[in-house]
Formats: sequence, structure tokens, C-alpha cells
Amino acid sequence: MPVKETFYDVMRRQGITRRSFLKFCSLTAAAMGLGPAYAAKIANAMETKPRIPVLWLHGLECTCCSESFIRSGHPLAKDVILSMISLDYDDTIMAAAGHQAEAIVAETIEKYDGQFILACEGNPGLEQENTGGMSCIIAGRPYTEQLREAARHAKAIISWGSCASWGCVQAAAPNPTGATPIHKVPGIADVPIIKVPGCPPISEVMTAVITYILTFERLPSLDRQGRPKMFYSQRIHDKCYRRPHFDAGQFVEHWDDEGARKGYCLYKMGCKGPTTYNACSTIRWNGGLSFPIQSGHPCIGCSEDGFWDKGGFYNRLSNIHQFGIEANADEVGMGAAGIVGGAVAAHAAVSALKRSQHKGDE
Amino acid sequence: MSELAQQVHEEPAVYVYQAPVRIWHWINALAIVVLAVTGYFIGSPLPTMPGEASDNFLMGYIRFAHFAAAYIFVIGFLGRAYWAFVGNSHAREIFSPPVFKLSFWGGVWHELKWYLFLAKAPRKYTGHNPLAVLTMHFMFVWGTVFMIVTGLALYGEGAGYDSWQYTLFSSWVIPLFGQSQDVHTFHHLVMWVIIWFVMIHVYVAIREDIMSRQSIVSSMISGWRTFKDRGEVDEESL
Repeated sequence: MPVKETFYDVMRRQGITRRSFLKFCSLTAAAMGLGPAYAAKIANAMETKPRIPVLWLHGLECTCCSESFIRSGHPLAKDVILSMISLDYDDTIMAAAGHQAEAIVAETIEKYDGQFILACEGNPGLEQENTGGMSCIIAGRPYTEQLREAARHAKAIISWGSCASWGCVQAAAPNPTGATPIHKVPGIADVPIIKVPGCPPISEVMTAVITYILTFERLPSLDRQGRPKMFYSQRIHDKCYRRPHFDAGQFVEHWDDEGARKGYCLYKMGCKGPTTYNACSTIRWNGGLSFPIQSGHPCIGCSEDGFWDKGGFYNRLSNIHQFGIEANADEVGMGAAGIVGGAVAAHAAVSALKRSQHKGDE
Repeated sequence: MSELAQQVHEEPAVYVYQAPVRIWHWINALAIVVLAVTGYFIGSPLPTMPGEASDNFLMGYIRFAHFAAAYIFVIGFLGRAYWAFVGNSHAREIFSPPVFKLSFWGGVWHELKWYLFLAKAPRKYTGHNPLAVLTMHFMFVWGTVFMIVTGLALYGEGAGYDSWQYTLFSSWVIPLFGQSQDVHTFHHLVMWVIIWFVMIHVYVAIREDIMSRQSIVSSMISGWRTFKDRGEVDEESL
């Protein structure tokens, strides 16, 4: 077997200057919250270590993860990573098609058994197994089968995006296809799963996760829900540049009001920043250009489990769906408090009446 | 007339609520008022403030009041739980309703009949009546525990990974509910459960003070339970 190329080899072959390469390394180090010394470490790893084979499978999804990935801040360097990892298999952007493409999956599994990373974009619809439905058939086979087989031979799984991590929109009630996040798929091999939620996740976060695995030859440290701590340990709200307006009590009340023009806090417009763990308010999007809140739109909490089923994106309080009604905690609470208050008043009135009837009996 | 006037009015009294229980009761009541009001305004903030952000800190003050009252609420509850062990038998009542005692449920049934105007008179208890114990235990004690656990979990989210609040609470509470938003929703809902409890509690305390045969409201101030008649006490302690 020929010596496997390193990331750096491929980058140079693609005409990327060493200067651009080093820029990418230091930016990635910064994005991962590492000290300046780590830029050199990353550069060294990219120069010397053979690239990690990656199988990129697509289940029920919208391809926004791939779209995000190819629009990263450092297109040249990232394109290389992308083309290198997609060299093996990524049905959306690979050149091969049909039987050729499927042959690559089998080949990768055979050649790099236990070494490759399985990147999952989207999730399987389990209803196809339960009811024989035909959703998400890839090369004549249910996606679930392809996923299970690849997972058995993988070193680790990266769950790209909210689909693979939590289920996302296709898993929204009533979830007709039985869309199930990767870690909940029955019979999935017992390999480490890294969740990189977001709809889509930030491209710098995606490349940084791969770079981290390459540089340190281990998986990044994960929080209790399996997300890399370096990107998902703080809420949007914690680092939001509009936070001072929140603390001051200055809110956008309507889309066209003075507060909206002045860039006040979007909390009352349903911003989910206070409950959403992601790096949007620090890394931002499109090469650090902006992020939803900066463009005047509240965070919809797309990297959180169940964000699609919590009522309107523009309501601060979640809807509660029990009893077939749509109401938030205040409506339920106040409604019941009204009933309790009414009952108390009525009870007091009857008590007083009863007592006056028997006054002096004793 | 003269016979009535000369009749000595005697009220037998028993010391029920020890000083720590009474002090805790009123501090806790105040904390709950502050928590509910500030908590409501955290969920649905007041109208926007005019002027520069640097001149205002309204949400900051509201949240500070919420967190400060919350710590008083937590420490008070811990102290109260400790007092359940070292205090008198009445200090234990709301923590351990004797749900396996048949007579307890008989008492609950009678109390229910009393509130439905079906019983002529309530039974006479030195401590809490069985229905009160049941409500306080399930609505108040467990409501409080729920609010403390979810509240500290939400606080830990802001305090960060290295905080003890995060380690002890957020780290398992947030994944248990799925995400932070649902923890907020349930924290909000149980606030209303506690408000319902307070409404019923205050009404019933005043009603019983008037209509039953023992003192209620003043007992939580003086600690002494006085009886308006000389009838037998049905149960000393549950």
C-alpha cells in the first residue's frame, strides 16, 4: 500500500500556499479555544499524520450540513479537507455514482476497518423497518442497513447536525417516518458518537472537530449529551453582543419598533439564545460576518433537542401540548389560578352562609 | 346574662410550632413572594427601558432579586429539613405523611367531607390535619424540592461548567429533560403549582381559624395552639 498522503500534501498539491495553510491552523486553534502554541501542533499534525478516512453518509436530511461545510471561512483549506474526506464517499458531492459509488463504501470499510470515521448527515427512518415503508432507500437498500453496517466497522461516529444528533424536523410530531437520531438507532454498534448539532452546524466547528481528532489522535472531550465541550459549553445568550440590552431590560417589542432599529435584545421576540448551546455568538457565520441575532432575528434554538416542537419560534414561553390545547406555562398556570381563586371565593361564601345559619347553635 | 358574663373563658393551649419553624415559615413566605414575582418578570419582562443600556440594569436587578431570594429559599428549606430531625414531632409532619396508616386516610376523608359541607364539625388535631399534611407534603415539599433542583440547574447554566451548581445539578437535570427550554417550562409551571398552594393555604388557614375549634393563624406567630372548646383532641400527632 502506498504511503497515505497527509492533509498538508494534499493542500500543497491543490496549490494552497504554506502561508494560507498556517493561517488555517492558527484560526482553527483559536476556534477550539487552544493557546497559540497549538497552532504549530496542528500544523505539525497536518503535515505529518496520514489523513483520516471519512465515510460521509446521508440519511433523511436537507444537505444543509454539507452546504455549511463547503461555505467555511477558509474555502481553499477547507475545500481540501472536504475533498479529501469526501474522496471516500459523500453521495452529494462525489463524482462517482451508482454501483461505483456504492463500491467505495464497501472498499473503505474493508480497507480501513476500525480506522475510518463515519460522518452521518441525517438520520434513518425506522418506520421502514416497522411497517415496511419505503423512505430513504439508498442503492436499493434501506439507509438503516447501510448505517448499521458502516457503524460496525467505524472508529467513531460524528453525528453532523440536528438530524443525526436529535432528530430535527423530520422527527417532529407526529414523526411519520419514525426518524430517529443516530445514538438511538437500535442495533447501532457501540462506538463513540460525537454530536455536532445545529441546523446546520457552523462550518468552522465542523472542520475543527475533524482537525482536533487528527491533531490529538483522540476525540474531543464531550459533555454529558455527547457534544464537544469546546463549542457547546456555553449558551448563545452567555456571549451575545446584545446581552447588555437584556440586562438593562431593553427589548424589541415589535419587528418595526425603535428597539429593533437600535438592536435591542430579542428575548421578547422569542429568542432561544438563553436555552441554546452553540458557538454562533462567538464564531458567528460566513467567516465571522454575522449570525441570526446580529441580523435582527431571534435565535430559534436549532442546535437543541426538540426545538421544532416547542411552539412558535417567536414566543418566549414554550407551548404545552397536553390536554389537546396549545398554551404556555403562564396561560395554564393563570387559568388554574383563576379556577382556584373562584373556588376559594365560592367556598368562602358557602362557608359564611352555613355558619350564619348555625350561629349560636353551640 | 350575668351567668354568661361570669363564665370563665378558658382556652387550653399546646406549644406546637417551635421558634425555628415559625421564623422559617415567614421568611419562606416572603421568599416565595419575591421568587414568584421576579420569576414571572424573567419569563415575561417589563416594557422596554428607555435610554442607554449603560444607564439601566433592570433585568439584572430582577434576576439578582430572584437569585438572592432563591438562596434564602434553599438555605431555609435545608434548615427546615434539619429541624424535622431535631425539632418536636410536629416539625416532622409535613415531611412524612403516614400514608400507610389507615386512620390517616380516614382523617383525610373526614376533612374532605368537612370542606364539602357534609361533616358538621372538623376533627380536632394538635398539629396539622391529615388533609393539610397531604397537601403540604405533595404540593409544597415536593414542589419546593423540584424548584430547588431545577432552579439550581438553570443557575448552573449561567455559572458555567466549573461551578458546583453545574456539577451537582445542571449536569444531570438538563439532559434529563432533554434541553434547557423544557427545564424553564417546568420550572415556570411548578411556580404556578406553588401559587395555587399558597392561595389554598392562606384561605384554608383563615377559614379554619374562624370555623374550626382551634387557632391556626396566630399559632404560626406565637407557636401556641389554643382550643376553643374542651372537647377531646382526636389525634395529638400524626
